[in-house]
Amino acid sequence: MSDLAGRTPAHSSREMRRYPWRVRDSGQLLLVVAAGVWLVAAVAQTAAEGLQDPRIAIAFGALIAFGEVLRLNLPGDRETAPIGFAGALAYALLINVGTKFVQHSAEQVVTVAAIGMIIGALPHLAVGRPARVSGMAVRLLCVACVAYIFRPLASNSAVERHWGLAVTLMTALTVLALLLEAVLTALLRVDEQRARFRVALVDEMRVQLPLGAAVGASALLIAFAAEVMGLAALAVFTAPLLVTQVAFRRYAGIRATYLQTVRALAKVTEIGGYVEAGHSERVSRLAVAIGRELGIHEPQLLELEYAALMHDIGQLSLHDPIPGGATVLVSRQDQQRIAELGADVIQQAQVLGSVAEIVRRQNEPYRDTDHAANGRAGLAEPSRPPLSSRIIKAANAFDDLVGSSLDPGRAAAAVQRLRLDTASEYDPATVEALSRVVNRRSVLL
Amino acid sequence: MGKLSRVALLYIGAVVVSAVVLVARGPFTGLRWQYVVFLGILVIVSESRATQLRKGQLTWSPSSAAMLASVVLAGPVGAAIVGACTALGLRRGPSILQRVFNTAMYALSAYLAGRAFLALGGQVGLPDEQSFPGIIAPFAGAALVLVVANHGLLSGVLWLTRPPDGTPSGVGVGLSGRLLLSDLGYAAYGLLIAALWSVVGFFAPLLVLIPLFVARWAVAQFAEQQKAYEATVGALCQAVETKDFYTRGHSDRVSRGSVMIAREIGMHGERVEAIRYAGMLHDVGKLGVPTKVLQKTGKLTEEEYAAIQLHPMRGLDIVREIGFLDEALAGIMHHHERIDGRGYPMGLAGDEIPEFARVLAVADAFDSMTSTRSYRGARPVAEAIEELRKWSGTQFDPAFVDAFVAALKREGWLRSEAPVIAADDLATVTAQDHDDPGAPLRVIDSL
Repeated sequence: MSDLAGRTPAHSSREMRRYPWRVRDSGQLLLVVAAGVWLVAAVAQTAAEGLQDPRIAIAFGALIAFGEVLRLNLPGDRETAPIGFAGALAYALLINVGTKFVQHSAEQVVTVAAIGMIIGALPHLAVGRPARVSGMAVRLLCVACVAYIFRPLASNSAVERHWGLAVTLMTALTVLALLLEAVLTALLRVDEQRARFRVALVDEMRVQLPLGAAVGASALLIAFAAEVMGLAALAVFTAPLLVTQVAFRRYAGIRATYLQTVRALAKVTEIGGYVEAGHSERVSRLAVAIGRELGIHEPQLLELEYAALMHDIGQLSLHDPIPGGATVLVSRQDQQRIAELGADVIQQAQVLGSVAEIVRRQNEPYRDTDHAANGRAGLAEPSRPPLSSRIIKAANAFDDLVGSSLDPGRAAAAVQRLRLDTASEYDPATVEALSRVVNRRSVLL
Repeated sequence: MGKLSRVALLYIGAVVVSAVVLVARGPFTGLRWQYVVFLGILVIVSESRATQLRKGQLTWSPSSAAMLASVVLAGPVGAAIVGACTALGLRRGPSILQRVFNTAMYALSAYLAGRAFLALGGQVGLPDEQSFPGIIAPFAGAALVLVVANHGLLSGVLWLTRPPDGTPSGVGVGLSGRLLLSDLGYAAYGLLIAALWSVVGFFAPLLVLIPLFVARWAVAQFAEQQKAYEATVGALCQAVETKDFYTRGHSDRVSRGSVMIAREIGMHGERVEAIRYAGMLHDVGKLGVPTKVLQKTGKLTEEEYAAIQLHPMRGLDIVREIGFLDEALAGIMHHHERIDGRGYPMGLAGDEIPEFARVLAVADAFDSMTSTRSYRGARPVAEAIEELRKWSGTQFDPAFVDAFVAALKREGWLRSEAPVIAADDLATVTAQDHDDPGAPLRVIDSL
């Protein structure tokens, strides 16, 4: 299942409908239950002790709810709520509002943050979007961690007297919260997409770092500025974060459009009758799943997806298209010609150099036993094709043999046939990854 | 800046001299150097990563916030020194003369802002709870003076060094509009830096500027992605066209023609963007038309004609899932409708036809007529305009024909080059052009 940006995977929603108990993976469930239990305890405690400084609590609750309404979709189907998260962190880190020393407990922080988040999630539910409970649980757990560490210290006179100590401590806790968010989100993605944890964590940090820096800085600003300008700080320092969020939304928007466009235009080969319907989409989905299995990082995974979608685009340049596409059944010369022509087309875009290279080499055998065949004779030791090309080669061959059929027996036979060819044609590691992906799919069906 | 006129040099000299004199007069006693040094470093950092506004000439950075913070914390002279730190920006590009002018300009504007702050009753130093809200008015005055002085001095030098051919550079408009507002917005953060300094010290400017830097980073990323996107769409459209020598570059030119019309009738920016993509993608559905139909020289059978008539729908099928294109989708689907209702695929008439489709139809037909076809040479622009006028009101929307003609008169037309038919087998030659209003497709009468 590939979902790099803003796709609504028809495939997986179908799966969900048929297997409702699979909607929430075990990891997600564990996380949500943990956050829920903590929340119930915190609410009970807060109710017993009564709400401290209700005016401040309501102001921060409103900010958190506002931020949750304005959720942001980052590339890779990551939903975040930067303003809400910053507001909740600021509430956990608050020491003074104006000249007034605030004394709310960690339990109250959790309660206010949770209520704000839930209220903010309601509009999403109302318009039929998912509530994304697991994302909220992650944010709540991070805020709770900061609150339980910092609230007891906030009343400590040493922290109040030495601003250097307070600044260092608060900064460290903010960084901790952001790291924790990355780790928890990565764990969820490992569970959901079968990615490797280290790969998922690095990808997560890379995507979240810029926005995380802005969120952390804003949280600290709100907490500090409340001392000088009171609750007005909430509005004043939400503004730059709002600007940041608008900029990110535009960025994520064009990324999603880009992928949609390549997906759509890759279909021209199907409409023209050069390729079987749905072929490029299936190959790209399979290729991305294999790539993830092999631990490819997200930026390269995106390139792989582009290359897989466009791997047959060279057909357009042929005078007489080969019926049925560049299947394993066509001669090597024809396959190579389509690959070269396709790479030339992609090269025109100038920005997709590595994608063109992947497409160009998609037919090269893993071990070149016959130099003359691919026109690279004269090279003493021909270099192996890039991993992404090897993945597309395998995925393409598999789809040629299986097509849109869902028959597990046929899939197993196809994998077996590819396996027999690992001596020269296919990369053995790639075929094993393909086999794992296909097995998982047959278990699901 | 190439060779400068004497007046321009005199102007730059005057700015530099007045900056030096004002700063040298002092007073330096009681100047709080810790603020000046720290904010100066900040200016250097933000100048080193300034955003380029127009190639080679204008750049912009949020350093005004740091300068205004220094107005409050260190007074006019301190602010001028902080402003002069722009000279040390690590950005490559500006020549020595540009650097000298920029430095003097920022120093002078910051100094004037500092004077304005004092004149309006502002007090130099760390603000505390008692300073608010009294400090806001003098600060706003200082911010206004800084931004106006900056833009005024810059406009002056740009005007004096404008290219001699007198092309309207749009400098005055570009500077005074949105940029002025966003500069004022950034300036407000100067007060926040100054206010927070009493709580967290030198940490304040860092914290305040981080979200702004991140926002700028995202904007730059957006611009980069958009460029990449455009290049990719262009390449893929070209791939669709490579099959036919005679229509190479057609999509690109239709796209340009549609944008000319859209600008002429005053469409706003986002819609112009959408129509640009619609123009590029308008014929992707042609791929679904069998090559032998496109190559046929004689009259078409009913089925063959139907296959051609289907291409807008095929195109729609392909691009339907591209999210942002809503209005463009309608344009692609209906670009062969006619005002008199005799077009395809739906036979819509008059205002029923989406605006985008009516615009595309004009540009599409015009490019077809001014390009070489296998059955005729390219027709001259004047003749094609006449043809458009002839069909105006029956095939085309008269308003868009007029708009296109007006835009053509002003901007001219980059027509297609006559195709060179190479001896490879990669392209076919179409015998008929479905876009050509002068040579409509001939269909065998079914009688």
